[in-house]
Amino acid sequence: MQQEELLIKLEQAGIVGRGGAAFPAHLKWKRIKDLSNPKKYVVCNASEGEIGVQKDFYILQNFSEEVFKGMMLAMDFLETKEGYFYINRNYYEQLKSKIDPLVELFKQKSYIINVFIEEPSYIGGETGALLNAIEGKKVQPRFESPSPSVLGIFGCPVLLHNVETLYDVARVATDKFEKTRFSTILGGNKNGVYRVNADEKVAEVLRKTNNYPDFDFFVQVGGGASGEIFTKEQAETATIGGCGSIEIYPSTTTDYDFLSKIFNFYEKESCGKCTPCRDGSWQLKKLLDGLDKKSEIPWLEIKPIIKVMEKGSFCGLGKSIVPPVRSYAKNILGIEV
Amino acid sequence: MSKKVTIYIDEKPYQAEEGQSVLQLALANKLDIPHLCYHEDLKIEANCRLCLVEHENKIVTSCNLKASEGMKISTKNKELVEMRQENLKLLLASHSKNCPKCKKNLPCPAFGLMQKYGVTSDEYQRKMLDLAIHKMVGAAELDPNLCVRCGRCVNSCADIGINFLKLEGTSSDNHLTYNENPKVDCIYCGQCTVHCPVNAIREISHLEQVEAALADPDKILIAQMAPSVRASIGEEFGQEAGLNLEKKMFTALRQLGFEKIFDVNMGADITTVVEAKELGDRLRKKFAGEKTVLPMFTSCCPGWVKFLEFYYPDFIDHLTTARSPHIHSGGAYKTWWAEKTGTDPSKIIMVSIMPCTSKKYESEMEKLTFDFQGHKLKPVDYVLTTREMAALLKKNKIDLPNLSDSEADREGTYSGAGAIYGASGGVMESALRSAAYLLTGKELPKIDLEEVRGMKGIKRATIKIGDKEVKVAVVATARNARTVLEEIKHKKADYDYIEFMACPGGCIGGGGQPLTGTFAIIKKRIAGLYSIDAKKTVRRAHENKIVQEFFNYLADKPSLASQILYTSYSAKNKFE
Repeated sequence: MQQEELLIKLEQAGIVGRGGAAFPAHLKWKRIKDLSNPKKYVVCNASEGEIGVQKDFYILQNFSEEVFKGMMLAMDFLETKEGYFYINRNYYEQLKSKIDPLVELFKQKSYIINVFIEEPSYIGGETGALLNAIEGKKVQPRFESPSPSVLGIFGCPVLLHNVETLYDVARVATDKFEKTRFSTILGGNKNGVYRVNADEKVAEVLRKTNNYPDFDFFVQVGGGASGEIFTKEQAETATIGGCGSIEIYPSTTTDYDFLSKIFNFYEKESCGKCTPCRDGSWQLKKLLDGLDKKSEIPWLEIKPIIKVMEKGSFCGLGKSIVPPVRSYAKNILGIEV
Repeated sequence: MSKKVTIYIDEKPYQAEEGQSVLQLALANKLDIPHLCYHEDLKIEANCRLCLVEHENKIVTSCNLKASEGMKISTKNKELVEMRQENLKLLLASHSKNCPKCKKNLPCPAFGLMQKYGVTSDEYQRKMLDLAIHKMVGAAELDPNLCVRCGRCVNSCADIGINFLKLEGTSSDNHLTYNENPKVDCIYCGQCTVHCPVNAIREISHLEQVEAALADPDKILIAQMAPSVRASIGEEFGQEAGLNLEKKMFTALRQLGFEKIFDVNMGADITTVVEAKELGDRLRKKFAGEKTVLPMFTSCCPGWVKFLEFYYPDFIDHLTTARSPHIHSGGAYKTWWAEKTGTDPSKIIMVSIMPCTSKKYESEMEKLTFDFQGHKLKPVDYVLTTREMAALLKKNKIDLPNLSDSEADREGTYSGAGAIYGASGGVMESALRSAAYLLTGKELPKIDLEEVRGMKGIKRATIKIGDKEVKVAVVATARNARTVLEEIKHKKADYDYIEFMACPGGCIGGGGQPLTGTFAIIKKRIAGLYSIDAKKTVRRAHENKIVQEFFNYLADKPSLASQILYTSYSAKNKFE
């Protein structure tokens, strides 16, 4: 297949990054292709640090050949032979028997795919932190500019894709792509990872997968930490964004329980680099630690902290605490935070 | 020439160099944008998130925002002010409560920001980590519970070439600590302390001891000020860098209650004579084809000496055996001056005011003590940094810039050579002025050795002394020292004499200097030192009459001379 043809196919299929940011893949490919650097890398991100999200694991477990094929197609497109497969340790330990032989197989075809085993963390999947980790530096985010597409690792451009994106690439190349995506469902009767239509509404996904609850509920969509909260009614019209997950919470979930989950996660996962995320998340956790489960939530004190995390954090990690907290307050409690 | 661009800050146009950050431009134009982790000489971290501005409807940090043509920046809207204030509250949670300096009401940059932005530091409680204060022997200490993780100390330590400090751990456990690698150790240069905006890394204070001694009627207090202090202490009082305030300092020291005001510059003249003689001896042997150890290294910087003793102990023989200036003069005052004035030397408290933290470590060295009139004496009892001295003056409400001038006491008289000791290259230049005379009986044709001056990290020159050529190098920072030592190790260079200093620019950029210091400021201070030298009638150490008097005194006291003029070195372990 001609390289140009693949690029057009990616564009026509509307392939976007499935790490959560949904950036059109063909634009990234073209940008890097046009650079004159003699060396370029393709990197697959299999860090998957969001709470409860398992779609990348599922894809690797079932379709690892396609993921590697996607990497190979990207490498061919960029005329490079070297890439990194960046995977969290827990996943690697379970999937070693699938990954190692593929690495070997591609080696025989003269593609060098280095497996980089990451200590599992939320920040580890963040672009800059991931690139720093590969370079042996501190696992902390980088400045937005220069973009990894220009200066990724070891002074070379990097084409970085999530597992699912590379799987999609392979499907597009073989004309099997059907505008679907993978959705992790948690809190239902049949938890698991499902292939669903990319523009499917949340409630519909729950029904089709026999997960629609028979109790009152709300959902968190697009990540168990950073995903947005929707009521049962809103789930009828909301589409599955971000990394595609849906977590069901019974309406009996207390404010304390929900917020503790979020605050504790961010407090634990902040990389510690910048003030708002490091100190803000700790103060949020501490606000709840001092309460018993039925106390009023101190929204007045929470508000300025999440605002500074949103506006002032160095990278997306700190900023991403805002959607779940704000949407929970607004959609479930009817208050603006 | 770099291109100029016009950007608009709060609707007013400003000319920026292309590539300059918005924060740099704002600071250059005296616009108010708070910042803690930014330092113009260090890597940009953008950790503190205080320097927020609005650009294209987004709130971004200005330290890493490059100026580009037509850019519009807002620094003042309500939301920004709120964000900065909230950030500052988070960053400085419990700061005043935990700061030993604040208990003494001494200002630090964090304190200034708190006042300016209406933050008390009691808004939030800080997560206290179960971490002890670590002492870098007698020089400095780090307190992880005060640290704001800005990374300035870590980056300055890396720039110096040591990498002793590091930030470790994630989330709120992220904390300042040190490198446990047994092959990495602190050299006490104190560059961390001069880059810390919150006093989390600070000199080990001798203020309380000095204040107690000043209040003790039984003690005789002598102050001696290092060359660099006079050209920098004004910055603590809002004066221009490089302004020579020595005559006002002499007055201030008297007002504080010091009985005698001498000068480390006189000590520098002693060091020059001792060191020039040793250099002359080594060179004479070389020229005669005899065995000797060359290149000779200077030893007046305790940070450098610790560096050599720890990282390159095989080179110890290269160090001059001359003691350092304030140790020389301290020894001189407690013996020669005490004897001639009938003063009980055991009652003398020598206080050095130094631009340096490693001088504190040096002052406590057992090997430098000497026996005199039945007493075992330390050449110097206490060392105050320039910052501590400024704090002491402020505490005593002494308004330094507005004092009248006075002179040091007679035994503090110094030559121009002593004055330039504070600048990188100054020790070399002083020693060569005297060594040339000692070797040839004639003075150098040109007294100003321009080729060894300036801020460059490694300066190399060949100086003609009589019909012989002497190859010299002047090195500042451990990073550059390593480069030159490796050259020597691998026989890629054949120097005769090398001056080494731990800090950029030499003592004038030392770890005990005001926090205002930047490379640009250090350059101004250096200019101040050279202008002192240029104005002196006596510019060679060996011509200093006081120094001659001191050596005459020692002429028939070889045992005392060997005790107070020379020292020795040994390989050092970590934390030694």
